[in-house]
Amino acid sequence: MDYDVVIGLEVHIQLLTDTKIFCGCLTKFGDAPNTNVCPVCLGMPGVLPVLNEKVVDFGIKLGLATNSTISERNIFARKNYFYPDLPKGYQITQYDYPLCKKGFLEIDVDGGSKRIGITRIHMEEDAGKLIHDEKEDYSYVDFNRSGVPLLEIVSEPDMSSTKEAVAYLKELRQIVMYLGICDGNMEQGSFRCDANISVKPKGSSTYGIRTELKNMNSFRNVQNALEYEISRHVELIEQGKQVEQETRLWDAGLGVTRTMRTKEESHDYRYFPEPDLIPLIVDSVWIERVKKTLPELPREKRHRFAKDYGIPMYDAEVLTQQRDVADYFEACLKFIDAPKDVSNWIMTEVLRVLKEESIDITKFNVTPEMLANMIALIKKGVISGKIAKGVFEEMHRTGKAAYIIVEEKGLLQITDEGVLREKAKAILDSHPKEVKSYKDGKVQLLGFFVGQLMKETRGKANPKLANKVIKGLLEE
Amino acid sequence: MLEIARRFRRDGLNPVEHVRHILKEAHDDKLNVFISIDDEGALASAEKAEQRIRNGDEGTLLGIPIAVKDNICTKGIRTTCASNILSNFVPPYDAHVVERLKQRGCVIIGKTNMDEFAMGSTTATSNIGPSRNPWNIDKTPGGSSGGSAAAVAAGLCAGALGSDTGGSIRQPASFCGVTGLKPTYGSVSRFGLVAFASSLDQIGPIARTAMDVAVLYDAIKGYDPKDSTSVNKDYKVTSLDELDLKGLKIGIPPMFFGEGLNHEVEKAVREGISIFKELGAEVVEVKLPHIKYGVAVYYIVATAEASSNLARYDGVRYGWREENSRDLVDMYASTRSRGFNDEVKRRIMLGTYALSAGYYDQYYEKASRVRTLIIEDFKEAFKACDIIAGPTTPTPPFGIYDMLDDPLSLYLLDIYTVPANLAGLPALSIPCGFTTSGLPIGMQLMAPAFGEDLLLGAGITFQAHTSFHEERP
Repeated sequence: MDYDVVIGLEVHIQLLTDTKIFCGCLTKFGDAPNTNVCPVCLGMPGVLPVLNEKVVDFGIKLGLATNSTISERNIFARKNYFYPDLPKGYQITQYDYPLCKKGFLEIDVDGGSKRIGITRIHMEEDAGKLIHDEKEDYSYVDFNRSGVPLLEIVSEPDMSSTKEAVAYLKELRQIVMYLGICDGNMEQGSFRCDANISVKPKGSSTYGIRTELKNMNSFRNVQNALEYEISRHVELIEQGKQVEQETRLWDAGLGVTRTMRTKEESHDYRYFPEPDLIPLIVDSVWIERVKKTLPELPREKRHRFAKDYGIPMYDAEVLTQQRDVADYFEACLKFIDAPKDVSNWIMTEVLRVLKEESIDITKFNVTPEMLANMIALIKKGVISGKIAKGVFEEMHRTGKAAYIIVEEKGLLQITDEGVLREKAKAILDSHPKEVKSYKDGKVQLLGFFVGQLMKETRGKANPKLANKVIKGLLEE
Repeated sequence: MLEIARRFRRDGLNPVEHVRHILKEAHDDKLNVFISIDDEGALASAEKAEQRIRNGDEGTLLGIPIAVKDNICTKGIRTTCASNILSNFVPPYDAHVVERLKQRGCVIIGKTNMDEFAMGSTTATSNIGPSRNPWNIDKTPGGSSGGSAAAVAAGLCAGALGSDTGGSIRQPASFCGVTGLKPTYGSVSRFGLVAFASSLDQIGPIARTAMDVAVLYDAIKGYDPKDSTSVNKDYKVTSLDELDLKGLKIGIPPMFFGEGLNHEVEKAVREGISIFKELGAEVVEVKLPHIKYGVAVYYIVATAEASSNLARYDGVRYGWREENSRDLVDMYASTRSRGFNDEVKRRIMLGTYALSAGYYDQYYEKASRVRTLIIEDFKEAFKACDIIAGPTTPTPPFGIYDMLDDPLSLYLLDIYTVPANLAGLPALSIPCGFTTSGLPIGMQLMAPAFGEDLLLGAGITFQAHTSFHEERP
């Protein structure tokens, strides 16, 4: 039998505000445990939350970027449950009145596009972190993360394959990074994803029973977990068994999902309006102010790059992956009108160096102008593409302009036919055997002679000219 | 209080000597009024105050000994809420109101007894046992701010801070024959007040006279950015002059004089109202059709909020913890079942139930809607009158242990006080008479939001023409 897959995703993103959502503590990651804490984020008696409005700005940003309706009247709510990393015994979140509603994202899959609905986006606070030491029979709690602002983005169950789910996540992650509201780090948990998934016979109008998946901290894990879960559901259905509604954990090591809690064990969170915070009113002035700070979004940029610069969609995708890289690309084009050449250099050399040395492109030694000027030297035939690679490394190492490096190192391409002919003659003279073989029909030896000439000129010979000269001499 | 301030400057009363005397009395106290006494801190601030007074500083509150309810955080002084679970808790911060009092040069004598987490109206649920009414030690001083009211009545301080969630300032003020104000919700910062029911709690002053209450209220009121529910507006200094009551309309809701009202209380309050009439006020009848649901609404909203507010006392970060527990759940369970007394647990359970899936609409949601109707009732009533008057409590002070096994009857005694909390309105209790056995009776005055001027003005005027507040136990 064929099946339809129904997937909805809940994503939590940690916001890049300087301070926490309800107190003035820093949100810095990686500091010594319990150093970025105060009575408010420790839930001490008598203290009160005060909303950091930057969090609202960030929420509005994401709402606008996902075509959502921004709610005028916002009410915070308490979600009550006990856990040692939750200092107040409740989490301040939004329940009936989220900040954003009824949005959508366009994703590009299999050459087409699909619209994925976003049910809601709301603001909430993160909890602390438990640290277990296997040698001890107790655990530690680090509250540095307690009160770090989060946005929760809940999608409609609009995804019908793992591919679409991953595409949605990638799109969303790219957007939040473009907006500068989240660093998108999945391993460190600043971009976390839970999935709701169900399977039904193809075309059936009633949904299957869904399970919720947690603990997938990479795109690969999401993909594998969803695929595993789909086949688990299908298998159960084919065996005539029932899928249990439950929450399951993905075990990346074993490649399986396991029951975390059943429906009976699920919490009653006893939501009610947070009496310590007054309703938050977001008026049109506030929304307009945030709107002005919105950058071009990744998908828009991607399609514009492909269309306006005539580069392949693949190139556009790679270049727009990060906003700074896209900006770098466009900055280069101010100095040279050669989109495909610039794209090639960025996709191969620039991104490789950045990755190898984990540098940020905004702090890269080779400025867009320098890269453009170097490409211009290639296009004018001053240096060869091969030489250029060395020049590029040198620019990165020293910060010197390409033409200076070329001059200092004497890397100018040899385009004087006479000079090349002299050198070529000498090479042919010293390889009589090979010349004979060539003349006897082994024409593939041409490459050998050109190679010798390149070696002799330390790569500076204009490759086209070198070919022509050698061929000419051999055929004389 | 104003009297002491005057004597510091005119009669040569020495602030340090005075505080030393108060501290001695506080240590000898037979009423079980204090949970902690801060000798060192009190003497240090008295010395500073003395210096400032000698240098001509006219600040009214300089050197004035003040007692603070033990659910209001005091930096470096234990703040226990009369609970085992916070028995070792020393806050590293001052409540906003304490900061304000310290700035004015007040001397904080100590922390007063109360019902555990302010849940009660007798102080009998305190982990140090009940306080006693200075007028008759077999009677309760009321609660939950019973320690504060008794301390004022017994002269163990010149003024005190209490907190009022459903009557916890006004009822003990009434029982102890002193004056107590529950301010408008949002006019006094709740930062540092250990939360019982956040949407109802307000800190307020208790003192002998309305004038003293006005001075203390001026010192603690005002916007505080650390409390999002505190209201940012212009707060004027309260006038200490008598009001011209001519034409003032006093609304009387018949419901306040209905079934269950003790006849001695009724008599005293009616006489109090006729004194207002003699001073020129008019009496009109007003209807508050929904306040008969006040107690029911109150016990749903207050317990629901409390069930969440008290979740943080889990033994993980501070406070008392059961050390011999098997695992996490056991630690939570035994810490909380041994850390809280029965009344607190009863209310946590009630509140948890009221918020549960399937019951929320029926209880919390419905209570919130009725609460809105009560707010509307008051708006309507205040179109016809300036202040509303009635008894503060249906009965005079009762025996300390009388109601211990009957929580429901005890809850019903909050009938006159909870509406002001539900509607966020200011309300004042002033002494208006005594029972034949010599126990104090209080009258409650309510005004529209931020109508403290009017309330205190009326109280000051009443006290200028009566002497109930001058009686001593």
